[in-house]
Amino acid sequence: MAIGFRGVGVLALQGGYNAHIKKLRAMGALIREVRTPGDLANIDGLVLPGGESTTMGLGIDREGLGRPLREFITSGKPVLATCAGTILLDDAHMGLLDVSCDRNAYGASTHSFEAEFSVRGVEGGDFRGLFIRAAKISRVGPRVEVLAKVEDVPVAVRSGNVTALTFHPELTNDDRIHRAFYESIPLGHRSEEPAASPLSERPRFRALPN
Amino acid sequence: MTDELTREATFAVKTGMAEMLRGGVIMDVVDAEQAKIAEAAGASAVMALERVPSDIRRDGGVARMSAPEMIRGIQESVTIPVMAKARIGHFAEAQVLEALEVDYVDESEVLTPADEVNHIDKWDFKVPFVCGATNLGEALRRIGEGAAMIRSKGEAGTGDVVEAVRHIRQIRGDIKKLTVLDESELAAAAKELRAPLEIVREVALSGSLPVVLFVAGGIATPADAALMMQLGAEGVFVGSGIFKSSDPEKRAAAVVEATTHFADPERVLAASEGLGAAMDSLESRKLDESELLAGRGW
Repeated sequence: MAIGFRGVGVLALQGGYNAHIKKLRAMGALIREVRTPGDLANIDGLVLPGGESTTMGLGIDREGLGRPLREFITSGKPVLATCAGTILLDDAHMGLLDVSCDRNAYGASTHSFEAEFSVRGVEGGDFRGLFIRAAKISRVGPRVEVLAKVEDVPVAVRSGNVTALTFHPELTNDDRIHRAFYESIPLGHRSEEPAASPLSERPRFRALPN
Repeated sequence: MTDELTREATFAVKTGMAEMLRGGVIMDVVDAEQAKIAEAAGASAVMALERVPSDIRRDGGVARMSAPEMIRGIQESVTIPVMAKARIGHFAEAQVLEALEVDYVDESEVLTPADEVNHIDKWDFKVPFVCGATNLGEALRRIGEGAAMIRSKGEAGTGDVVEAVRHIRQIRGDIKKLTVLDESELAAAAKELRAPLEIVREVALSGSLPVVLFVAGGIATPADAALMMQLGAEGVFVGSGIFKSSDPEKRAAAVVEATTHFADPERVLAASEGLGAAMDSLESRKLDESELLAGRGW
C-alpha cells in the first residue's frame, strides 16, 4: 500500500503539541513531532501549537528551524497555528502572516477565559474557545481574512494556506476546526508512518544460550 | 473581560495553561537577574522564591511566601509565566499571590506547612494551582481540591534524583494498575487511594492524569531531565540545580535542550558537555527523617 495518508508535522519543541496530536491522530493522521529540520521532510501539513512564544522562538533558533519552517510554510501546504504559533508567524517574528499581535494582551492567567463565538466557514453553531494568556491581533493586513471575532478583536484569521487562531481548539472536545484543517491537506503518497520515536519500539533481547 | 458570553479562569482554562508549559523546564529564581537568565536559556516559566530549596535546607527556620516586591520585580523582568509558592494550607498567602496576579501558585512542601490537616481549597481561586504528590492518591486528592497541574515531589534541594524517580514511577505505576480494573474494583481502588471515585474513573479510562504531570525535586543535570521525561514526566521543575551550579547560563540551556530531545541520546550527550560542576548535593537516604520535605502534606 502506498497511497492515502496525510502526514502531519506538529512542532514539538515545547507547549501544547500533545493535544493537537491526539486530535489529529484520532482523525487518521500520521504524526511526526517536529524538533529538528530533518523532521519536516515528507509531511503534508503543519501545526504550530501554543506554548511560550519566547521559549519556542529560542528553540527554533537553537535548532536552525527558522529557514526550513519558512520554506515549508511558503510552499503552500496547510498550516494551522494556535496562540504562540500565531505570534511566531506575525510581522514582528517570522513575518509570514500579515498581522500584528500584542502578547498577553488580556493579562495574567487569572484573566484567561472561555468565550463562545461563530467561526466563518465552520458549520454547526458557535465555537467555544479557550483563551490562555492570549494575544490580541491588533492589525490585520489587506489580504488576511478575519474568520472570527470576540468583542471586536480578531481571534481567527486566514491567509492563503495559513489558518491562525489566538484560542485553543485542541483543548476542547469540538473537532470542527481540526477536521477542516485535516481535510484541507492533500493526501500524501507513502507507505509507512513518517516517524518512529526511538521509544515507541519495545527492546528485543536475544535468547540466552543454552 | 467577563460578560454573559465569557467566563474567566474556568478549570479548562487553568489546566490548559499547564498544557502550554508541557515539554518545558520551570526554573527556580530568586531575583530579576536570574529570571532573565532563565528566560534567555529557554525556561517555559520561572518560580519566584526568596531562597532556593538547598538554601532553605541549610538556613533552617520557617520558610514562607516570598516578598511581593521581589515577585513583582521578576514579573516585570520577563514575559514567560511567573509562578510563586504558598505554604501548604496557607490560603491567605495564596490570596496575596492571586492579587499579585502571578500565573500559577505552587502549594509547596518546600515551604513550612501552615496547616497540617487541610490543604488550600483551590476551587475558590481564579489563579491556577500546581501541587506536589508522591503517589497517585495524593495527586488525585489535590486535583479533587482543584489543583490544575501536578508535580511529583522528589526531595527538593538535594540534587539527588532518587526520590523524584521513586515518585514518578509510583504515580505512573498506580495509573497503569487502574486501567485494568472493572467498575466495582474501581470503587475499591478509590477507597484505597483515598481519592474521589469520579476522578479515579477518569484516570482509569484515559490512562493518564486529567492534568499535566511535571516532575520536581533533585534534578541537577541534563541526563536527569532526560531520565524523568523518559519515565513519563511531561515537563521538569529545576530548583537549586541551575543557580547553585558553577555555570547557570549554560546548565539552564542544557537542561532545556535535554528536556526537548529526551529521547535522543546524541542530543543529551551534546547538552551534557562542558557544563562545569553541578550543584553541591546531599544524598537523600542520609538525611534525617525530620529533614525530609516530601512527607509534608498528605
